[in-house]
Amino acid sequence: MNYKDMLRADKMPHIWCPGCGHGIILAAFLRAMAAKEVDPDKVVVVSGIGCSARASGYLDFNTLHTTHGRAIAFATGIKLANPELMVVVLTGDGDCAAIGGNHLIHGARRNIDLTVIVFNNSIYGMTSGQYSPLTPHRKKATTAPYGNFDHPFDLVELAKGAGATFVARGATAYPRQLEKVISQGLDHKGFSVIEAVSQCPTYYGRRNKMGSAVDMLHWIKENTSPGGKEEGKIPLGVFVQVQRPEYCSNYYESIESLARGEKGE
Amino acid sequence: MANKKLIQGNEACVEGALAAGVRFFAGYPITPSTEIAEGMAERLPLVGGAFIQMEDEIASIAAAIGASIAGVKAMTATSGPGFSLMQENIGFAAMTEIPVVVVDVCRGGPSTGTPTKGSQSDFMQTRWGTHGDHPVIVLTPSSVQEVYDETIRAFNLAEKYMVPVILLYDEVVGHMREGVVLTKPEEIIERKKPSVKPEDYRPYAAAEDMIPALAPFGTGYRYHITGLSHDETGFPTGNPKTIQGLLERICGKIEANRHDIIKYNAFDVDDAEAVILAFGSPVRTARHVQKEARARGKKVGLFQILTAWPFPHEALQEIYAKTQASFVIPEMTLGQLADEVSKSVPRDKIYSVLRNDGEMITPAQLEEAVRRVLE
Repeated sequence: MNYKDMLRADKMPHIWCPGCGHGIILAAFLRAMAAKEVDPDKVVVVSGIGCSARASGYLDFNTLHTTHGRAIAFATGIKLANPELMVVVLTGDGDCAAIGGNHLIHGARRNIDLTVIVFNNSIYGMTSGQYSPLTPHRKKATTAPYGNFDHPFDLVELAKGAGATFVARGATAYPRQLEKVISQGLDHKGFSVIEAVSQCPTYYGRRNKMGSAVDMLHWIKENTSPGGKEEGKIPLGVFVQVQRPEYCSNYYESIESLARGEKGE
Repeated sequence: MANKKLIQGNEACVEGALAAGVRFFAGYPITPSTEIAEGMAERLPLVGGAFIQMEDEIASIAAAIGASIAGVKAMTATSGPGFSLMQENIGFAAMTEIPVVVVDVCRGGPSTGTPTKGSQSDFMQTRWGTHGDHPVIVLTPSSVQEVYDETIRAFNLAEKYMVPVILLYDEVVGHMREGVVLTKPEEIIERKKPSVKPEDYRPYAAAEDMIPALAPFGTGYRYHITGLSHDETGFPTGNPKTIQGLLERICGKIEANRHDIIKYNAFDVDDAEAVILAFGSPVRTARHVQKEARARGKKVGLFQILTAWPFPHEALQEIYAKTQASFVIPEMTLGQLADEVSKSVPRDKIYSVLRNDGEMITPAQLEEAVRRVLE
């Protein structure tokens, strides 16, 4: 399938600002999907609120644009009600790590088969530039005019600690690698978290004097390590890939044995 | 032989939901509703359904709505603090027209309040808890049998009108045990299915009845659901006319069917000089007081509300026009029900018996009020 066939072309132009990295992430996701020969009728994309969340509307799947932070909780209900559906969550750093942080860690703990792609542009873009839990310390935002007093999460470490069975990070400066780790996450049976480092030239970049979108992509390129080994740089790649019983499979297998009259332990 | 059992109100809720076809429950423990989650955890796996204990009440209702979007009858149950947390997503279900049943076993508030005792003070919250103009249906059983029957009706109304339905009953009703006949439902309603091909599908293009046919995800109709104001295609809109039309339709589909949704019991109201009006556990006190009064030749009637929202204003207006009766209103709030009644009955004809201390309104308390009104 051509990835363009998975787009709702009539919904273009999209709402994202010129230079925004979210289109690069969406394209990486679509290329990964296109290579999989999936039945679009059986794909559900769930999003929350924010710039990232608007991605769901552009995709020709079953798409659900929910409330702020709750995409993973809605997705959990869909997946558990009908495990044959492929359920993907598109979320942002504010949506997923702040208001939705509780659902992220519990989704990871359950190891329910969802693929969560976090569009991380270090800022609340939709509301025009407030700091998020992934905004670096001392960086500026409209609500951090003197620099951010908070310290950010390392989302990869958070997902690992919470028990996610697939954890990866990609960046818009390396779209092929991003596509690859998203593809691996989609193939993984269990809770997959893929952080996609993105640029917001309009709010984050401008306020922090990082130049144009191209300048920001250069910054990402210089400050990330695609091999994950370079000292002092943000590591990219796959950090966790382990097999653990998946929640829905385990649930339905267990209740089938109940129906056969076998008692639980 | 009839399937008669001695069970608790919360257990009757589980039985009613299963009889109505629930196959998904997501919840979070909270007194005095927890027995519903416990019952579902035990029973749903045995019928191939899914039970999940979520990380909080926000996630619980989100998961239930998600399951309903996948085409499964779904519910959650909670009490005051959890019900407050669910409000935003109740609005989401109202806006996106996803059927879901939410049980609020009411305890004393505000805040942590009085967890183990009864109250009815979520009455207004069930109607106006979430922000914005929105439709909702609220049912208010007063006995274990009514909990069973009204739970079934809650699922039927949710599926029929594509709307969240709230079942509101107080802790007293939730925890008391009574004999109940678990009759097989006369009617089980399933949501409408689209009658057009996927390529012609406009999910929110409702027919004359204003009710959309939303296809479960995964059935070949790929469309978009959003909590943003949307047009017939389901996509966001900023068009003022479309926004107004959407709100008028989602609220109008309930208003236009008030006659089908509103349910009440009126006893001896035709010649009444005083009508006791109540819902939930005060109905029990009221029924006793009303019968005793009639036995003494006093012209006292009883109006029991089973559908709290939409509120049965037409029936009250009719009774008042015919009888000019005074209304005695026992309620476990500081006057929320009486306030609503005052839209249909003059203020100076309303006599409140208010008690929100965790205790039931006693017959003596209510008798005294009725006696004064008749004097």
